[in-house]
Amino acid sequence: MPKFTQGDVTIDVDEDGFMLEPEQWNEEVAKALATTEGVEDLTEAHWKVVNYLREYYLQFGVAPMIRKLCKETGFKLKEIYDLFPSGPAKGACKVAGLPKPTGCV
Amino acid sequence: MSKTPEELLQIHYHPPKHDWMDPSIDFEARRGTWSYPGGVKSLEYLGLPNPREWSPTDEDWKLPPNWQEIVHRGFKDLLTKYRSLRIFMDCCVRCGACADKCHFFIGSGDPKNMPVLRAELLRSVYRKDFTTAGKILGRAAGGRALTIDVIKEWFYYFYQCTECRRCSVFCPYGIDTAEITMAARELLNLLGININWIVEPVANCQRTGNHLGIQPHTFKDNVEFLCEELEDITGIHVDPPINKKGAEILFIMPSADYFADPGIYTFMGYMLLFKYLGLDYTLSAYASEGGNFGLFLSRDTAKRLNYKMYAEAKRLGVKWILGGECGHMWRVVNQYMDTMNGPADFLEVPRSPVTGTVFENAASTKMVHICEFTADLIHHGKLKLDPSRNDWARVTYHDACNPARAMGLLEEPRYLLKHAVNHFYEMPENTIREQTFCCGAGAGLGNDENIDMRMRGGLPRANAVKYVHEQHRVNLLTCICAIDRAVLPTLMDFWVPGVRVSGIHELIGNALVIDGENERTTNLRGEPLHGEGEVSDDV
Repeated sequence: MPKFTQGDVTIDVDEDGFMLEPEQWNEEVAKALATTEGVEDLTEAHWKVVNYLREYYLQFGVAPMIRKLCKETGFKLKEIYDLFPSGPAKGACKVAGLPKPTGCV
Repeated sequence: MSKTPEELLQIHYHPPKHDWMDPSIDFEARRGTWSYPGGVKSLEYLGLPNPREWSPTDEDWKLPPNWQEIVHRGFKDLLTKYRSLRIFMDCCVRCGACADKCHFFIGSGDPKNMPVLRAELLRSVYRKDFTTAGKILGRAAGGRALTIDVIKEWFYYFYQCTECRRCSVFCPYGIDTAEITMAARELLNLLGININWIVEPVANCQRTGNHLGIQPHTFKDNVEFLCEELEDITGIHVDPPINKKGAEILFIMPSADYFADPGIYTFMGYMLLFKYLGLDYTLSAYASEGGNFGLFLSRDTAKRLNYKMYAEAKRLGVKWILGGECGHMWRVVNQYMDTMNGPADFLEVPRSPVTGTVFENAASTKMVHICEFTADLIHHGKLKLDPSRNDWARVTYHDACNPARAMGLLEEPRYLLKHAVNHFYEMPENTIREQTFCCGAGAGLGNDENIDMRMRGGLPRANAVKYVHEQHRVNLLTCICAIDRAVLPTLMDFWVPGVRVSGIHELIGNALVIDGENERTTNLRGEPLHGEGEVSDDV
């Protein structure tokens, strides 16, 4: 099983670097994962997206619909791409410690 | 994206010099053309063999010590059960009619992507182990010993087939190459060799009722959110019943339709249509998946996932099932269910409550395709449609492989489009209907790690879209399959930028004139209705 290590953070990840045990997530993990997405500093805007994803995930067990993410955070899709260059599903969800969705998506 | 279009277009159709019978796949060098293996958790959940951590790039694939015996026994079992497979193993005359019909061969130039040679990878082992000539003469009779390298080659090439069956259309013997791929995957599965993009959705579906692992409270929340969005746009309040016992019809759609773009707009189209009709129907948070990734793994998992839709129909006491814009679901329902699960004789032969039409074609499966259902409504003059609301779209239609080739659903989608839009253009005739080209990512191959092979396999389809894009300024590729809706946007961005993707009922929803609605100033995506062929950039 691949491990991702940065500083004091060591977590199990899949081949694409998504967390395998989302319950191990914390803010330090988010900062470490963000560097793999080309995001060196998590700004207030980043945290708004990450925290929303996190809360949604804990309540609903999956990632939210992108349309819902945009509506609830007030960011347009393009703005989320500006924050997380790989986009909401691959970039923001990864930083928020969500597992990768599979299927017809 | 690891390669550019220019790089992928460097296709060499010259076969390599070494003997095809001696396989050797360098998985490390071929990243971008294979998929990650099935995860331990999912395999354990499903009770499938040999769950373990491994990677195709490992030298040791950690197979059981008696792996050869397992494959041999499994092969014998398949040959005994399926006379079709034995015929397919025996009757190929290597005429080559199929060779250049495969999208993966066209896009890669790799001779082992010719359907004839792909089948030969399995057939050579069949000859060696199950025919007298092969047992005695070995290679001279086309027989090949089953080695670890052969197993690795099977994994590589049978997960480079999307089971689309275009080659079968051209085979003079009617060899169904998809069934050869299914047999090979079945054998690999006995050793614990499979891919996560299939195994995890199957495990999710068994656990929560859908590939995405969406639980009932999330299902409800998603449905309600999309209905609120729909109301914001149309002014029409829609409150679809969920798990309602005694409803007349159970509606089952692919899970991506209530989760991912652009399927969610197709979902809005369904909801608006049912509201318009006052249909007595229900959604189900358990039968919350039309798709059946089990089909891409083994007959047992296909059977399990198909069963749950009907178990739920029985539990809810509905009369019949209406199926959404899903692709491979219809292959299972139309061609396997009757013998795999048995006919759904506890349901009634579907009859449209609006027109009275009895769908005799679904007399056994009791499941009607929504395109058949809606086409029948239009045919009887039951829908008021204003196609000018879709004037922003210049449309072409991609036949999804399975509805086209496994159920012959060719006219209905076109009939719907011709009533819902003003600008519809067909792609060249050898790329549509029975001869449709695959999206390049079906049968569980729509993952990101396989991206180069997806773009190669999707090249023939994209090329046909490019033609109508250039000839007729087509800017919307419509389809009736959730895998298509998931993967075609990436394919278009790569090969034909400027073409977007939608389902057909999204366009029906746009065009539907419904009492009490607001004046439509946007389409269901919330984009302003501009003039012909214009699309808003505001996403």
